[in-house]
Amino acid sequence: MAVFINKDTKVIVQGITGETALFHTRQMIDYGTKIVAGVTPGKGGLEIEGVPVFNTVEEAVKATGATVSVIYVPAPFAADAILEAVDAELELTICITEHIPVLDMVKVKRYMEDKKTRLVGPNCPGVITAEECKIGIMPGYIHTKGHVGVVSRSGTLTYEAVHQLTQEGIGQTTAVGIGGDPVNGTNFIDTLKAFNEDEDTYAVVMIGEIGGTAEEEAAEWIQANMTKPVVGFIGGQTAPPGKRMGHAGAIIAGGKGTAKEKIKAMNAAGIEVAETPSVIGETLIKVLKEKGLYEKCKTH
Amino acid sequence: MNIHEYQAKEILRKYGVAVPKGNVAFSPDEAVKVAKELNADVTVVKAQIHAGGRGKAGGVKIAQTLEEVRSYAKELLGKILVTHQTGPEGKEVKRLYIEQGSDIKKEYYLSLVVDRATSRVTLMGSEEGGMDIEEVAAATPEKIFHEVVDPVLGLTAFQARRMAFNMNIPTNLVGGATKLMMRLYDAFVDTDASTVEINPLAITGDGEVIALDAKFNFDDNALYRHKNIVELRDFNEEDPKEIEASKHDLSYISLHGNIGCMVNGAGLAMATMDTISYYGGTPANFLDVGGGATAEKVTEAFKIILSDENVKGIFVNIFGGIMKCDVIAAGVITAAKEVGLAVPLVVRLEGTNVEIGKKMLNESGLNIVAADSMADGAQKIVKLVG
Repeated sequence: MAVFINKDTKVIVQGITGETALFHTRQMIDYGTKIVAGVTPGKGGLEIEGVPVFNTVEEAVKATGATVSVIYVPAPFAADAILEAVDAELELTICITEHIPVLDMVKVKRYMEDKKTRLVGPNCPGVITAEECKIGIMPGYIHTKGHVGVVSRSGTLTYEAVHQLTQEGIGQTTAVGIGGDPVNGTNFIDTLKAFNEDEDTYAVVMIGEIGGTAEEEAAEWIQANMTKPVVGFIGGQTAPPGKRMGHAGAIIAGGKGTAKEKIKAMNAAGIEVAETPSVIGETLIKVLKEKGLYEKCKTH
Repeated sequence: MNIHEYQAKEILRKYGVAVPKGNVAFSPDEAVKVAKELNADVTVVKAQIHAGGRGKAGGVKIAQTLEEVRSYAKELLGKILVTHQTGPEGKEVKRLYIEQGSDIKKEYYLSLVVDRATSRVTLMGSEEGGMDIEEVAAATPEKIFHEVVDPVLGLTAFQARRMAFNMNIPTNLVGGATKLMMRLYDAFVDTDASTVEINPLAITGDGEVIALDAKFNFDDNALYRHKNIVELRDFNEEDPKEIEASKHDLSYISLHGNIGCMVNGAGLAMATMDTISYYGGTPANFLDVGGGATAEKVTEAFKIILSDENVKGIFVNIFGGIMKCDVIAAGVITAAKEVGLAVPLVVRLEGTNVEIGKKMLNESGLNIVAADSMADGAQKIVKLVG
C-alpha cells in the first residue's frame, strides 16, 4: 500500500518548462511515475517529454484526472502555485521550491484551512514510494521496496538514511521529506499517522533537526498512539545557538529547539535515537530484531 | 538579516510608532552635533552593534552635558563590546545612536514573531519590560501574553486592546498602546520581518507610550522585494567569509574548530559536524554547497574554507543524489590545484557515478584520502588533524 502516493498516482508538474523541472520530470518518468500533465501559464498547448502542457492547474486536472501536483515554480511565485493547486482540489501538492518568504506561507496555510488538499513542503526533496512512484528530486536508485517508512526534515540526510537501509537489505515503503522551513504543510505527526495506518509499513525512521518543537510533539504523539517501532536521528547536536544552519527552520533560539531536548523527549517516548547518522541503519536493525520484525523487514 | 537600533527606529517613525528623538553618529564630533540639535536635559549615547545585552555590557551611557556626550562617544567608538549574544570575541562599536533621554515611568515588553506551532504571526507582551524575556518566560510564564493574528484580518483592535489590558497598561493609555501595536504589526508585515522586539516599551511622565529600544530581524527569503531594507545591511557586522559565501549562494557559518567541512544539504552538513565532534574533532564551519553544486561552486567553497587560518584539514562529504560524483570530483581537483592545497583532505563521495569520481580523485596526483562512509571520513580527518 505505502502512503500518500503509489504506482497509479497521476501527477501534474507545476512550472514544468523551467530547467530544473524539466530535468526532474525526465527523472520521474524514467522511474515510472505517471506524469500526466504540466502547467506553465502561457505555454498551454505545448508538449514536453510527451507530456501535455496547460495554462492552469484547473484545466490540467479536468483533462487528465490528476490528483497530485509537484511544484518547481521559483520562490517569488511558489506560494501562488500552491494556492492554485489547493483551489483545484488536488489531494496532494508537493512543493520542492526553497526560499519562499515565510509570510507567504502564513497566508497559504490560512487559505488551506478546511480545504481537502494536503501540502508536503515547501523546501523538501519530495515523496517517493519505492519502485512505484517518485515525486521530487531524490535519487531513485537508492530506494528499494520494503516495509520501513522514512520521514525527515532534511533532504540529503534522508538519502543517507535510505541508502544505509538499502545497503543493509531493509527496503522501504515510502520516504517523505517534510522540508526544512518553519511554516510548512504536512508535519511529522501527519506522516506518522499515515505510516501507523499503512499495513505494509512495519517500522518508521524519523529524522529531525534542531529548531522548533515538532520532534517533541511527534514524540508525545508516538508514545500515545504509535503501534509500530520508531527509530530517530536529530541533526545539529553540535550547532551553536543563534546561528541558522542553512534551513530557515534550523536555529536554536531562546534556548529552545536544541538537539539535546529533542533526543530526551524521543527517548522518553521509547524512541531509540541513533548517536551518529552513520548508525541509523544499525540502530533500526537492532530495534527490529528486538521486536521480532527483522526477518519481515529484510527484503534483499 | 539584522539592522541597527537607529535603523529600526527610522522604520518605526515611518509607521507612526512613537520613539524618542535621536540620530546616528560615526564620530565624537558628530555625536556632539546631534546632541546639540536634540537640546535635551539628558542625552543617551548608545553603542550600535547587532547584538542584545548592550546595556549590561556598558554600551549605553547617560550624559548630562555635551562634554559628557563627547567623552562617552570617544570611549565607546572602537571599543569591543562583549555581550551574551556576541560570543567571547565581542563586537567592535563603529556607530553610535545619540538619543534624547526619556522620563520613564514603567517599562513593558512587546514583540511580534512568526510562530511555527500556529503558522501565524503572534504578538507577545508582558508587564516585565527591560528584562531578558527568556528569563521571564522561564521564571514566570504566566506574565507573558499571546495574541495570534489571522493574516486575513491583521492584528485587530480588540486583540491589541486585550493585550494592553493584560499588560496592565494604565487605562488612560490603553488607546495609545492599542494604536502602537497595530502600527507595529503593519510595519512587521510590510517589511517581511521575522521578529520585531520592543524591549522596553515605555510609558513616560508625559503619558506617552514609546518604543525605547527596537530590534528588527528580516526574512532573508523576502529581501528580494525590499530593496530599501537590503540597503540597511551593515557588512561590518558580518563575518567576511560569510559575506563571500553569500555572494556565491553558499550557506556558510563560521565556527571555532580546525576541520573545514564541505557538504551538500543543510541536514547532512549538520550531521557531518556532529559526526566529526563525535570522533573528537571540532568543525571550523558549517557549509552547505546546495543540492545542485557545480564545479565552480565547489571551487569557491574551497577558497572560503581555506581562507580560515584555523583550518588544519578538510572533510568533503557529498551525497550526490542527482548530482553526479564525477562532477564533484572534478570540482574538488580543480579547486585543490587552483588554491594549492597544503592541509590534509578527506573526501567521501556517494551517489551516481561514484566509481568514476573515486577513480578521478585517485589518479589526480593530489594527496586526497578517500573515505567509504561519513563515519570513516570523520575518523580519518580527525586523526590527520591530530
